[in-house]
Amino acid sequence: MIWNEEYETMPREALEAIQLKRLQAVVERVYTNVAHYRKKMDEAGVKPEDIKRLDDLKRLPFTTKEDLRENYPFGLFAVPLERVVRVHASSGTTGKPTVVGYTKRDIDTWAELMARTLACAGVHRGDIVHNAYGYGLFTGGLGFHYGAERLGATVIPISGGNTKRQIMIMKDFGSTVLTCTPSYALNIADVMKEEGISPEDLKIRVGVFGAEPWSENMREEIERKLGIDAIDIYGLSEIMGPGVSVECIEQKRGLHIFEDHFIPEIIDPDTGEVLPPGEKGELVFTTLTKEAFPVIRYRTRDITRLITEPCTCGRTFYRMEKIMGRTDDMLIIRGVNVFPSQIEHVLMSIEGVEPHYQIIIDKQGALDVMEVQVEVSDEIFSDEIKVLESLAKRIEQELKETLAVSCRVKLVEPRSIQRSEGKAKRVIDKRKM
Amino acid sequence: MKVEQISIFLENKSGRLAEVAGILAEADINIRALSLADTSDFGILRLIVNDTEKAKNILKEKGFTVGKTEVIAVEVPDRPGGLAGILKVLGDRGINVEYMYAFVQSSGENAIIIFRFDEIDKAIDALQSAGVRILKGEELYKI
Repeated sequence: MIWNEEYETMPREALEAIQLKRLQAVVERVYTNVAHYRKKMDEAGVKPEDIKRLDDLKRLPFTTKEDLRENYPFGLFAVPLERVVRVHASSGTTGKPTVVGYTKRDIDTWAELMARTLACAGVHRGDIVHNAYGYGLFTGGLGFHYGAERLGATVIPISGGNTKRQIMIMKDFGSTVLTCTPSYALNIADVMKEEGISPEDLKIRVGVFGAEPWSENMREEIERKLGIDAIDIYGLSEIMGPGVSVECIEQKRGLHIFEDHFIPEIIDPDTGEVLPPGEKGELVFTTLTKEAFPVIRYRTRDITRLITEPCTCGRTFYRMEKIMGRTDDMLIIRGVNVFPSQIEHVLMSIEGVEPHYQIIIDKQGALDVMEVQVEVSDEIFSDEIKVLESLAKRIEQELKETLAVSCRVKLVEPRSIQRSEGKAKRVIDKRKM
Repeated sequence: MKVEQISIFLENKSGRLAEVAGILAEADINIRALSLADTSDFGILRLIVNDTEKAKNILKEKGFTVGKTEVIAVEVPDRPGGLAGILKVLGDRGINVEYMYAFVQSSGENAIIIFRFDEIDKAIDALQSAGVRILKGEELYKI
């Protein structure tokens, strides 16, 4: 179902006219109200009135995570604090978190976009949404909550943790939709298996999973183990939270970006140059309607490409491909760029190997060494040493071919790699310790 | 003719073997024979127990990776050349032994050795035609 036919299926020309009008307004707003943007635009020699066409967007300076940190906590707010009805903050893995604010209208817009998102994922009025995203400073819990309510679904605000109880509630309440991180969905599937609960015991039909990158193989695994459609959703608190883009249930190929509220660009992460549609690079967003916390050309550090071909679902919004990696997840091993997603892809292409892995990087003398720990599942286990050793060798070989750098594969017992109830911790870089 | 063996994947971490033994003890399962093969990273523990299904299920429940394989138990004369004779029978027929280990036995004139073959049926055929006694599963679990 399309929640907002008028905007979601708008002809591109009309959409771009709205984008330009909104872009001009937001640039004017940040220039007038936010010292940081005024200073950066003055330094770059751009005035709000220079934005005459959408293409002029690229004349504006980028905003980075560091800019947000430097203006901690409220320095980038474009409205007086008394108009801010809520704040959220991202989990600052290094130092202070980044803080974002919302006016009453921002919260309303967010609920609308999350209602669109859920409808796009095949959720409808009457569904029972089991919302296992964390509630609190993290945008996931409340973002889904407001959207599901706006849609007219019943929300179970369970938040994260206590997986056995989650499963009991899903079963007893007849939940039809599961919303959580993809790694937590797999965690739920594992615990269900341990508890002897089969997917048929639950009514879950569709899952909307995000807040961390996940592969097609992981989708296939979640869909098989839980017997559901698994839909990818994208968002980040700096832009709004969940509901920036989402896959449609019709195609599950590429995430529709709500372009009447956000303009995407793909840039070369090294030069900052805008790349033509279809090329892979860093995703950059400009918010068009946000009041409390508008951002101009925010560098997400996520790597993807834009799909401009029309989609069969009828939405005219461009799509972004599933996130392929992050510019700052990129590991440099002996001078070679390695993305954890590449390792996951290789592992999943080997029959019986589960996507539970951990990468450990260390130094031996001056040399970087990478160890990939892979859990031994029942399918790949053998009573013969040589079978397991040749499997480890084969994984080593295939990783080397894909990554162009060698690594050591260590087989480990199942569940010895820490399962997160939130985001999966895939990389332990001991070089930095 | 065939005997069921369970195998367990163990990381080379202290206490893992003790944990397996403890779990089996608690479930009142008796270990009849065992062998441990190891590399620098991991080990494979192979066990013959008096209740294969129960042992397998309980270890799986505790989160271990467990497999089940068919092996054969052969009676070997307990005198010099006993084992050599049996290996010659197999060697003459070109049958490869994947691994083998001795069975724990309190008394008796013959030793019992567990063999793991890739071509198990061919091995059974060869040993039987040479007059070697192969023990049945039930006999073994009861010892």
